Amino acid sequence: MSKKVKKLEGRPGQTSPLLALPTVLFLTIGIGIPLVLTVVYSFLDRATVGMGVKWHFNPTSYKHLFVIENLDGTTGFDTRWIKVLWNSFLYSGVTTVVTTFLSIPIAMWIATRDENKRNILLAAVTLPFWISILIRTYGIRQIIDDNGPIGTIMHKLGYAHYHIIYTPTATLIGLVYVFLPFMILPIYSSAERFDFRMAEAAYDLGARRWTVLRRIVLPAIRPGIIAGIALVFIPALGSFLQSDMLGGGKTNMIANVIALNFGQARNWPFGCALSVLLIALTLVFVKLIQWIGKKTTGEQVNFV
Amino acid sequence: MSFLQIDHVSKSFVTPEGGEVHALNDVSVGIEAGEFFVMLGPSGCGKTTLLRSIAGLEYPDSGVISVDGQRIDDIPAYERPVNTVFQSYALFPHMTVGENIAFGLEMEKVDKNEIAKRVDEALAQVKLDGLAKRRPAQLSGGQQQRVALARALAKKPKVLLLDEPLSALDLKLRRGMQIELKRLQQDTGITFVFVTHDQEEAMSMGDRIAVFKDGKIVQLDTPREIYRRPVNAFVADFIGETNLIEGQATPTGIHIPGGGFIARNHIAPDCTFGDSGTVTVAIRPEDFQLSETEGSIHGTVRDVIFTGDSVRVHVQLDSTEVVASLASYGVRVPNRGEKISLNTLEHSARTVAS
Repeated sequence: MSKKVKKLEGRPGQTSPLLALPTVLFLTIGIGIPLVLTVVYSFLDRATVGMGVKWHFNPTSYKHLFVIENLDGTTGFDTRWIKVLWNSFLYSGVTTVVTTFLSIPIAMWIATRDENKRNILLAAVTLPFWISILIRTYGIRQIIDDNGPIGTIMHKLGYAHYHIIYTPTATLIGLVYVFLPFMILPIYSSAERFDFRMAEAAYDLGARRWTVLRRIVLPAIRPGIIAGIALVFIPALGSFLQSDMLGGGKTNMIANVIALNFGQARNWPFGCALSVLLIALTLVFVKLIQWIGKKTTGEQVNFV
Repeated sequence: MSFLQIDHVSKSFVTPEGGEVHALNDVSVGIEAGEFFVMLGPSGCGKTTLLRSIAGLEYPDSGVISVDGQRIDDIPAYERPVNTVFQSYALFPHMTVGENIAFGLEMEKVDKNEIAKRVDEALAQVKLDGLAKRRPAQLSGGQQQRVALARALAKKPKVLLLDEPLSALDLKLRRGMQIELKRLQQDTGITFVFVTHDQEEAMSMGDRIAVFKDGKIVQLDTPREIYRRPVNAFVADFIGETNLIEGQATPTGIHIPGGGFIARNHIAPDCTFGDSGTVTVAIRPEDFQLSETEGSIHGTVRDVIFTGDSVRVHVQLDSTEVVASLASYGVRVPNRGEKISLNTLEHSARTVAS
């Protein structure tokens, strides 16, 4: 008599690996192929007419990232795209710093409330996700517009010559507003796990309020801060809506230039070359953040 | 005035249901310099609240606490000359063992070389020499416990507060640490205030024990006195093991269930009771002896449990059950279901207020 014993495959609680297949396929097609195409297109000629590319190898797009060909045939160092990139990094950096400083106190405050209040406050933080980013950005525009509430107040106070809308400040306000929840949430999840008995112990050992915060609380929530930095800095680098709608196109970020090359300028290879440069620089930054994370917390920080 | 003086300290909490709980109800106690003082009681009796009030992690509603003549209840925790060993250890996970111990000294702005010296000293005191570079997560529970101790000791506090520091350790380790803590306390001469719910731990370490119940100290005395002369049934039952038997008083002794009788001369001379009425008799299991002739207490053996160093015999006397602890070697052990007689050692039984 043979009785087949049904062996438990994998670990208890593990589902069949086949269930992961649709997502694997989707990610391969949805991310892998466009990524490859971006790299390939960046080495091709631009289409003579209309959209797309001409299938002819030509690495000139990369040259044009740094070199300008003047009308008289001479060439020079082109700083335009480097400036735009620098702008992007600057705005993303400022956004990251501002959101970090805003998020730490609020995350600590939420983490120390009782459970009911905590859930309500967390819901409030995630509430903006319920509304389209486009509509929210329009909303911000209404608020900081010269005819909006802030503009009206400034006008009444005699500062009518100051404008927020269509300035770099407006871009930054938009970026901070959109990315704030992405900083609050990871810091909160670190803060929530923080054992406040450690703060008591520090207090007992003679530490005052700020010392407790600096030497005990901040190191404990550092993984959350680093995750938050990654979640804010990297997507902020690729954002274009804020500079487009609030900055009035004066404060171009790299994504605006990329969008321009795929749209009106119809230079896909150059847009692709810019994208590849952005991806490469982003990767460098991810590794940098990981390295800093590992240095400061002694643990591998994995978010990418 | 004692070295650590606690005067009329009260604190109440409001429960989520809106009721008021007196965590500390007008507690006064004086603790002497160099004393190993134990605060013992079931959970929620107020012992931890008092310890945290001394540490400055909680503020009493009223009362005065002073150390070495200096009032401390009105200054913040970081200025008090006391340090705490926490039940959870509360070690800083991002710092090494050495950095953990140095932290408290850095707060005092102690000179760097002096810090290094005192960290080494503290590590040697708790027998963790050479582990300064480790992180807390790389240590066993017992070692983490020692780091917590070293961290507090390095500050050279006037009073060391210990909040159930051994409760997370297994029995064998706990016994070892009890002896070590006691030696450490005697060697350093620091006043220890030790909170525990474990009566055995309290007795093996304390110079004096304060037994807490419902926010009050019900008895304050040496372990020996508390064990031999509990002031009431709660203390008798909480400290060690006790058989509490309801009996009827007569001029010559006490009638107990099952037809037994304990004569007056078998009851401790300092216990007084009337000539009639119900009294509670407390008898320690080890104060029973098996009687081969007609003893004073009669019952039926329900269970016989061998524990190694003794044999515990559960005896049914009518409606109550008592436990007698007999020597496991050299004496006859009764069988289950056997009708037996027990005697009590002279003066060992006590009457207690219920």
